[in-house]
Amino acid sequence: MLYTAVAAGGFRRYATYRVATAAGVFTNTVFGFIVAYSYIALWNERPHLGGYDQAQALTFAWTGQALLAATAMMAGGGIAELQERIRNGDIAVDLHRPADLQSWWLAADLGRAGFQLIGRGVVPMAVGACFFDLALPGEAWTWGLFLLSAGLAVVVSFALRYLVAVASFWLLDGSGLAVISGLAAMFFSGMVLPLRIFPDGFGQVAQLLPWAALLQVPADVLLGARTGGAVVRGLVFQAGWAVVLLALGRLMQSAATRKVVVHGG
Amino acid sequence: MSGAVGEALIEVADVEKVFSVRRKAGRLRRVRQEVRAVEGLTFTVPRGEMVGYIGPNGAGKSTTIKMLTGILTPSGGRLRVAGLDPSRERTRLARRIGVVFGQRTTLWWDLPLKDSYELVRRMYRVPDAAYRANRERCVELLDLGPLLDVPVRQLSLGQRMRGDIAAALLHDPEVLYLDEPTIGLDVISKAKVREFLREVNTERGTTVLLTTHDLTDIEQLCRRVMVIDHGRLVYDGRLDGLRAAGEGERTLVVDLERELPPIDGLPGARTVKVAGPRQWLAFPAGQSAAPLVAAVAARYPLVDLSIREPDIEDVIARLYAGGVPGVAAPPAAGR
Repeated sequence: MLYTAVAAGGFRRYATYRVATAAGVFTNTVFGFIVAYSYIALWNERPHLGGYDQAQALTFAWTGQALLAATAMMAGGGIAELQERIRNGDIAVDLHRPADLQSWWLAADLGRAGFQLIGRGVVPMAVGACFFDLALPGEAWTWGLFLLSAGLAVVVSFALRYLVAVASFWLLDGSGLAVISGLAAMFFSGMVLPLRIFPDGFGQVAQLLPWAALLQVPADVLLGARTGGAVVRGLVFQAGWAVVLLALGRLMQSAATRKVVVHGG
Repeated sequence: MSGAVGEALIEVADVEKVFSVRRKAGRLRRVRQEVRAVEGLTFTVPRGEMVGYIGPNGAGKSTTIKMLTGILTPSGGRLRVAGLDPSRERTRLARRIGVVFGQRTTLWWDLPLKDSYELVRRMYRVPDAAYRANRERCVELLDLGPLLDVPVRQLSLGQRMRGDIAAALLHDPEVLYLDEPTIGLDVISKAKVREFLREVNTERGTTVLLTTHDLTDIEQLCRRVMVIDHGRLVYDGRLDGLRAAGEGERTLVVDLERELPPIDGLPGARTVKVAGPRQWLAFPAGQSAAPLVAAVAARYPLVDLSIREPDIEDVIARLYAGGVPGVAAPPAAGR
């Protein structure tokens, strides 16, 4: 299957950069400590803030660091490359392929995320579990549900970044939009602070936005704030946004290819 | 490969492409302006031919290729490649064509060359036997053997280019579009690429449309050449015809027994330079040299002679500058 090969290639591409991965792991771990100690200070002052106990809050912090690279919230991840290809006209090469652009990049991004979940997620999480008292599940199937939720988080994150990248067909330089989108993802995913601790109205709206699918939902599945039917509702919420955003990306893509004016070249 | 040699594979009839560009006109005002990248473009390329497509920067070469591959939609006219309308059936057509952009790469940057080929195999669903045979042939002719395990980012430009050309041919395309395949390459790499293209064209019967700024590519590979300038075809015909059409002059260099005054009085020729016993006579490229040689030999003590062909670059420079009146695209008779 072509797209499996693309995904495998995406995985191996990122796997070749070992020093970069090590540096990333180091950064994620250091930030994990910083966020964890901030949360300890906060939860000492306000126990059960947002309904989390301290162990759950710390689990949230380390889950955030573990998923940061895989969901490519800060930088564009593999999609920054697509944006650059549109800007400099290399996209012409991609359009000559008998393959669907969105599926191609989704496959490549899933491969990348797969590597970064293992390469940059496991170590920070393990370090966090060694130094702090985390609320990690004992049963394998909760871990399974978490991985499923993390996978959907990657798809939603891809769908959002794809929209930003395809917008470059109209914007010429989409880097401003990428920065705004990155900031929105950092805040509305719960990476800065869990969305549940925000005041009622705002917090509830924030939890309905697509970015909540990136961290808030998978973290809640892992740390046990979502159980039973709430897990299913969380997964449906993620899958729903994935479908809507991928469809939107597809619409934008066909509008873009219809009007294609490949820059340069 | 289906279809007989000689059947029209690429048909372009009265094609135009108009870009709408927005230009600043004052602080907030923007004016829409139409830019004609290509107009009235008409030509056909029979199956199995290798055609040079040349023109100065911005003449419309890349626009033409993008329309032929379907990633740009023409604003008007009719365009068919292998019987398909490229912009409507881009993906179907993509399986039957190969494209090489000298300045862009289709290869997977961070991974070994062979991974990209593996991907091509899956993308074009190339049958195993054909894939193995094609890969072997490309590897051998383009000296790719030692490079297959090297990540593409570590390849030199010449190596990468060879890798890209091979990638474009693994699925046995009927047409190969090459956009500046020798740009930036050293003499040896250029020679290797040319030799390979010649072999692909003659042995495999692959139709090739070659865009280049390096006229040596054209001289060594293409019998037919099309020249585009300002979006219009200004010449379409044989390469040697281009010299005549460009009003190029050939030069007859004669060595006489001794120093003599400039030769004159010969019909159609004029003496352009004298240096001791050697004299240079210019005459139209379209005219036979034989009567001139005979006339010189009859009247002067001739020791030796040689004929110099007009420099193709000069001819084309004159075409681009519009200094050749009346050289429009000749009717495509006989093709």
